[in-house]
Amino acid sequence: MSKLYQFLHETTDVSRFAVRFFSDGLKPPYETEEIIRQSYVIGYKSLPLVGITSFIMGLVLTIQSRPTLVEFGAESWLPSMVGISIIREIGPVITALICAGKIGSSIGAELGSMKVTEQIDAMEVSGTNPFKFLVATRIIATTLMLPILAIMSDAIGIYGSYLAVNIKDTVSFPLFYSQVFNSLSFGDIIPSVAKTFFFGFAIGLIGCYKGYHSDKGTQGVGRSANSAVVISSLLVFILDLIAVQIADLFYEL
Amino acid sequence: MNYKAIDMALPTQEKTMNHRVPAVEIVDLKKSFEDNHVLKNFNLTIQPHENVAVLGKSGSGKSVLIKCIVGLIKPDAGQIRVFGQDVVHLERQELDEVRSRIGFLFQSNALYDSLTVRENLEFPMRRLRLKKSKEQVDQMVYEALSNVGLPNVQDLMPSSLSGGMKKRIGLARTLIMEPRIILYDEPTTGLDPITSKEIANLMNDVHQKYNTSSIIISHDMSCIKRTAQRIVVLNDGIDYLEGNYEELKGSKDKIVRAFFL
Repeated sequence: MSKLYQFLHETTDVSRFAVRFFSDGLKPPYETEEIIRQSYVIGYKSLPLVGITSFIMGLVLTIQSRPTLVEFGAESWLPSMVGISIIREIGPVITALICAGKIGSSIGAELGSMKVTEQIDAMEVSGTNPFKFLVATRIIATTLMLPILAIMSDAIGIYGSYLAVNIKDTVSFPLFYSQVFNSLSFGDIIPSVAKTFFFGFAIGLIGCYKGYHSDKGTQGVGRSANSAVVISSLLVFILDLIAVQIADLFYEL
Repeated sequence: MNYKAIDMALPTQEKTMNHRVPAVEIVDLKKSFEDNHVLKNFNLTIQPHENVAVLGKSGSGKSVLIKCIVGLIKPDAGQIRVFGQDVVHLERQELDEVRSRIGFLFQSNALYDSLTVRENLEFPMRRLRLKKSKEQVDQMVYEALSNVGLPNVQDLMPSSLSGGMKKRIGLARTLIMEPRIILYDEPTTGLDPITSKEIANLMNDVHQKYNTSSIIISHDMSCIKRTAQRIVVLNDGIDYLEGNYEELKGSKDKIVRAFFL
């Protein structure tokens, strides 16, 4: 019972935190300089990790799928199949999970450590609204950067797939890409990009919430970072499930 | 000497005519955290250019008190006036203006880890959007650091500084805004006796040079003796007793005596 109460209590708190983001965090004056700095840290600095992972995913998915398609004589469908898998699901979700691990934990730990060492209070005393400066900027940056990272991840993943196809066969780069894009429609691309905004928002929101409400010293900071990763990863899957249902309503997947 | 008794004995008209506006005036302050009634009916008046120490056991609400003054914690009831302005009911923008006149030295120093010493000092100026040229900012940073005896650490990160140096930088960061009131939260905690003495002397220098009023929260009796003109004992949520160091040292009260053992 107490666990259920705790869960409901925390869910209410997170919802209030989100409402505060829309009511306070989006009001002018805007912290443009800090948003750009956070976008650089969150977006640009995550790109190598996202890129390597996506490249490997594209490569492995192609190598693993090839024997089955060969068995059915459908080897020529390989670019289409891999393209749809990566763009619809694997690219956005893998990017979001990597960001939940990398960005969620770093935001949780950074804000948590600022909280327990009174840096957030110091900021408040020096005439800065810490919610706008620390929380709103990070949530905006994750919301904007996740779609960009996901699109790059898709492109790199498909390139990985192209290289994997060329291990056994010879396919030209334009032919491979035209086969991938011929099998895609707006119904694949729009929902897939749209859901990454929500993934980014969820990762930023949970990381900031956990860090901003951190307590009990260094142990609390560790716990904040850890629960930020766990909860935001779980939220990514829940949002993905909802996104699939909504996309199905509009595009009949 | 019991200032509160003298203050209360004066008729209102005489007070208005003879007294300057107090730097800080706290009336019947109450603050509870669930069932824990930290401040019950706390009263305190601090005159301009006066240093007052608040003495109390751990968990007695000393830090809560100064956090209420600067608006970090909202009291449940009571009034807090800073230079005559009631800070409890101020809007954020007005509160920020009052805060620009208050310096706060945190127990943990609260230096921003990701910024250099120089950026730490510039941060409050940048945030309050003060119109200063780069040369003026450079000069102010240099002066604030020189006043705490560390003019050459501008490019260092806080992680590479010792505890005493961090405390000095924390003080420099509050001084750069030229505050009229400084709130010290355990300024010598965790420092060795020699560094504690240096910090206490520095607090006195700041008091003289910047003509500030201060509230000093501390258990360190030697620091209090050096810096405070008046001591208020906070016990069971109220202003239990007050006087200067010698008066309290000679007190027969068991609670007060415990601090001098």
